[in-house]
Amino acid sequence: MAILIDRTKRVLVQGITGREGTARARLMRRYGTQVVAGVTPGKGGQTVEGVPVFDTVGEAWEHAGPVDVSVLFIPAPLVKSAALEAIAAGVKLLVIVPDRVPIYDVLEIVYAADRAGARFVGPNTLGVLSPGEGVLGMIGGQAASAREWFFSGPVGITSRSGGITTSLAYYLARAGVGASTLVHVGGDPVVGLPHPAIVRLFERDPATRAIVLFGEIGTSQEEQVADLVEAGEVTKPIVAYIGGKGARGGTRFSHAGAIIEGGRGTYEGKVERLRGAGVTVVDAFDDIPGAMRDVLARLGVPLREETP
Amino acid sequence: MAKLHEYQSRALLEQVGIAVPRGGVAATPDEAGRIAADIGGPVVVKAQAWVTGRAALGAIRFAEDAAGAAEAARAILGMELGRHPVEQVLVVERLAIAREFYAGVIVDDQARAPVMIFSSQGGSGIEAIAREHPDRVARHTIDIRLGLRDFEARELARRAGLSGPLLAQVGGLLPRLYDAARRFDARAAEINPLALTDDGRLVAADCRFTIDDYAVYRQPDLEIAFARELDRPPTPLERVAWDVERGDYRGTFFFIQMAQGFARGEGVVGFHGAGGGGSMMSMDALGAQGLRLANFVDTSGNPPASKVYRAARIILSQPGIDGYFASGSGVASQEQYHSARALVKAFLEEPLTVPAVIRLGGNAEEQAIAILERARARIPAPVEAYGKDDSPDFCAARLRDLIARTPPADAPPAYGPRPAQEPYRFDTVTGGTVTLDHARCRDCASKICISTCAPRILSLEGDVPVLNITREEAKRGGCVECLACEIECFFEGNGGGFVHLPIAGLDAARRAQTGEATDGDPD
Repeated sequence: MAILIDRTKRVLVQGITGREGTARARLMRRYGTQVVAGVTPGKGGQTVEGVPVFDTVGEAWEHAGPVDVSVLFIPAPLVKSAALEAIAAGVKLLVIVPDRVPIYDVLEIVYAADRAGARFVGPNTLGVLSPGEGVLGMIGGQAASAREWFFSGPVGITSRSGGITTSLAYYLARAGVGASTLVHVGGDPVVGLPHPAIVRLFERDPATRAIVLFGEIGTSQEEQVADLVEAGEVTKPIVAYIGGKGARGGTRFSHAGAIIEGGRGTYEGKVERLRGAGVTVVDAFDDIPGAMRDVLARLGVPLREETP
Repeated sequence: MAKLHEYQSRALLEQVGIAVPRGGVAATPDEAGRIAADIGGPVVVKAQAWVTGRAALGAIRFAEDAAGAAEAARAILGMELGRHPVEQVLVVERLAIAREFYAGVIVDDQARAPVMIFSSQGGSGIEAIAREHPDRVARHTIDIRLGLRDFEARELARRAGLSGPLLAQVGGLLPRLYDAARRFDARAAEINPLALTDDGRLVAADCRFTIDDYAVYRQPDLEIAFARELDRPPTPLERVAWDVERGDYRGTFFFIQMAQGFARGEGVVGFHGAGGGGSMMSMDALGAQGLRLANFVDTSGNPPASKVYRAARIILSQPGIDGYFASGSGVASQEQYHSARALVKAFLEEPLTVPAVIRLGGNAEEQAIAILERARARIPAPVEAYGKDDSPDFCAARLRDLIARTPPADAPPAYGPRPAQEPYRFDTVTGGTVTLDHARCRDCASKICISTCAPRILSLEGDVPVLNITREEAKRGGCVECLACEIECFFEGNGGGFVHLPIAGLDAARRAQTGEATDGDPD
């Protein structure tokens, strides 16, 4: 199994008639994702890539059946409205691909999702991919590439950089190590499922035996992961790399930020906290596959899923 | 992050009914004197600059009258604070302050909500106060749908140690501060100090707003011309780049100059990254080869070819670069041939006379590499293209070697729009124009524009390509500016296609750069 996406999930694409929506709906289907409906207000009745288009999420639900996940390819100014519509209609997982969504809009989506018991990945995310199961968003690109690059295995991947998410999976695969699920949590300061939330999901997923985490300077996501490990809530081994060592120190734009963060957010602080909690933090990106092979060897876990 | 000056921030507080000291902003000593005369009493003259601790830098001065205010303004205007020259001063009445508080709102990533912070002791050193006297600092996570309610604000004031009428007074002010933050899309909004005057009024003696970059589009009244956080004023080229970014919502384009005033032979290269994480590693790889960066660029989030092209033109317009390095995460989910065509167009037009190493790993990388290699015959400088199995370190070393053994190339034959005999034209979403010269198209055997057009909006009519959607639809974004009808046509067809993509202000910025030779950025 995997987290967030597998072949049983029924997926809706909001914004399916747009440039990105159409192209990505096609690629998701080709990789095996069950895309059951699309929504673009005003364009109901059309068919895109063999997928029926509806005017509202509610209408899609009525005609195409229950929806597990909605993937949004919507211009940033309209994302809030589309996300709230999906949540109100009962969709429990959203993948919000666009970047540049205003932060207060994201906070309103957080609020609505929390109240409805829904979750979301992003915004500003490449999406989620479970090798051999399905993809949400645009991770991996063309289905043929995604099939060639990734295969199923014991490592969960969570990353704050989109390109690095696929790179991690590809370089691990080259070292013979397969992945359970790849998650790009999103590049914005406030995201629906940050590292600590994804790490918790991996902890509960039987197929995931170890975790690779790509962190970055800024926010307190990595420190929160360290907190979880220390509290014993996450017991699976983690190999982490923190990007941004060479970058100029995190830009402080307010006293309030400093008061809230209290020293969190820096490269050194993150590495120290993670190491202190027992997480393996590598200094070079290229060291990740080797470190992960060592971890799996220690656990006695096969590097990839046996093909039946 | 778009930081506002104090004079801009206080205008936002006034809109929600928070009192600010009487006064106004001045750009000359005379103006400052006139404002002081209107106030009629002791004033404070404050540099409008994005640094903290202005008083210690001599950038906040006291004056007793108009003449004194003019003199203070003369001393402050033109000062260099951080790396920004001071262009304006704020002249305000001097308050008789009995007590200083701190109040601030910030969007907190961990709470995933706005948080209001109030301290019953404010003023300079607020961060130290918060560390050393946590009992004086209270915070409250705000319900985004309800806002900060009066009773929550009073409770916040109580927890910070206030009581009685003062508690009620602060409790009335904090919700307004939150309202201002929310209304103007502030990532952070602070009043420090929030002054209690001798006559019992609460006045925002100093304040600072930082606006969410992503919301600038819906705050036109704030007149934010440049929503980028820099520790110096933006360069002309950075302004050009910002206008490109602002004018095209598809994908992200970030540009910052890291060195200026360098010359050929100093090992400074133009850098074009794609994706934050990969860009960081690629920059480190250049550094390890002893190469310096003229600039940092990130084009990511699946931008169209036109945006990548404009980014490349802007990078190449930096005089004195020894090479061009494009490298992203290495395993991109986007089809890489769009970027390849964009780079080829920029290299042909600019033209490229220094070595370029392009690492375009990911989807369709074989096609992308082939597109770049095909263009070599037309580009006198060496261009090498690599994919996902070639590391940033390897590619950076290739660039260093090419620079070391490549003499400067002569400019190749001019490339640009060819005079069209039978122009068929349509406009694009970013103010560009596609021209298909039907006279050439008729003689073209390949008609390759039709099969390579990414959105498939061209069809044959007779023996020439025309839009199969309306011109309006093309202009609204139906034409995604993939550049195939120009680049594929140039190499495989009869050269009848050209996409004109204006970059506002680029020529002027280029002249400004070659005219001035400033000192290199120490970074």
